[in-house]
Amino acid sequence: MSNVGIVIVSHSPLVAEGTADMVRQMVGDEVPLAWCGGNGHGGLGTSVEAIMAAIDKAWSEAGVAILVDLGGAETNSEMAVEMIGEPRAQKIIVCNAPIVEGAVMAATEASGGASLREVVATAHELSPS
Amino acid sequence: MAALDLARLINAAADTIAVHAEELTALDQAIGDGDHGLNMKRGFEAVRAEAGAFSAKPLPEALKAIGTKLVMTVGGASGPLFGTLFLALGKEISAEPDRASLTAAFGKAIEAVAARGKSQVGQKTMLDVLQPVHDALAGGKTAAETAEIADAAAEATVPMKALRGRASFLGERSIGHMDAGARSTALLVRSVGEAIEADA
Repeated sequence: MSNVGIVIVSHSPLVAEGTADMVRQMVGDEVPLAWCGGNGHGGLGTSVEAIMAAIDKAWSEAGVAILVDLGGAETNSEMAVEMIGEPRAQKIIVCNAPIVEGAVMAATEASGGASLREVVATAHELSPS
Repeated sequence: MAALDLARLINAAADTIAVHAEELTALDQAIGDGDHGLNMKRGFEAVRAEAGAFSAKPLPEALKAIGTKLVMTVGGASGPLFGTLFLALGKEISAEPDRASLTAAFGKAIEAVAARGKSQVGQKTMLDVLQPVHDALAGGKTAAETAEIADAAAEATVPMKALRGRASFLGERSIGHMDAGARSTALLVRSVGEAIEADA
């Protein structure tokens, strides 16, 4: 699939899965989508390993936009992108946007064939700068 | 500097984190999400479990492997932050560093942590301990003196207002509590310093 992929990273697997459900309702299967949540040990948190696996699952040659909730999700996502390394890393962007609204808006934009830059810009419009 | 017994340093670091895990969690419960002690303990026990394999590698490779292990096992934001410290140290350090090259590599590693956390000194984070420790290394302080400086630096985060991480959500209410990451950094500095001194 050539549409930009969306990855949802929350501290809570319930939030991540619920957000993914809302994205699916909007865009069906037109956008590669993956989510992860929890620290991998049954608690709240985020796992670099799980984020890397989610990026693999939602991978698209057009790129991947990651939507995160709180700071640790952002830090761990940036670490995951760095560990994936080039050349793929330059096609992965961690968005500065509210996770639910950002994921739904970004996926909707992606489903129309928009570029990674356009998808990320749509998510960023939701954040007061 | 004598050749380092890395397995000994790893055990010393893992011991101090294990002994203080509840204290670290209590600090984090006051102004964070309350998982710091458990997360750090999980990470350092994972490193301890492979201490033999790590210490068989050349120092730069060993430090990078430890950093990667922490990134993958700690789970909270501390994973990438402490992981980056070791990853960057491994990238910058030579196989048999003297004090000057260790200090220089440590300075670069601190810059990498600051970039990872989008933070700087004075924001109530681990950087508030790392930077004075770097300055102590540069100034020729002993391990014991450096440990005292690290403890005092962690203590000095108490009156600070948090500007990064979950504690920053509390704003003024973060004042009056020690930063958990600063405390764990000071604990690591003391334990590793003592283990190096015991080797020398």
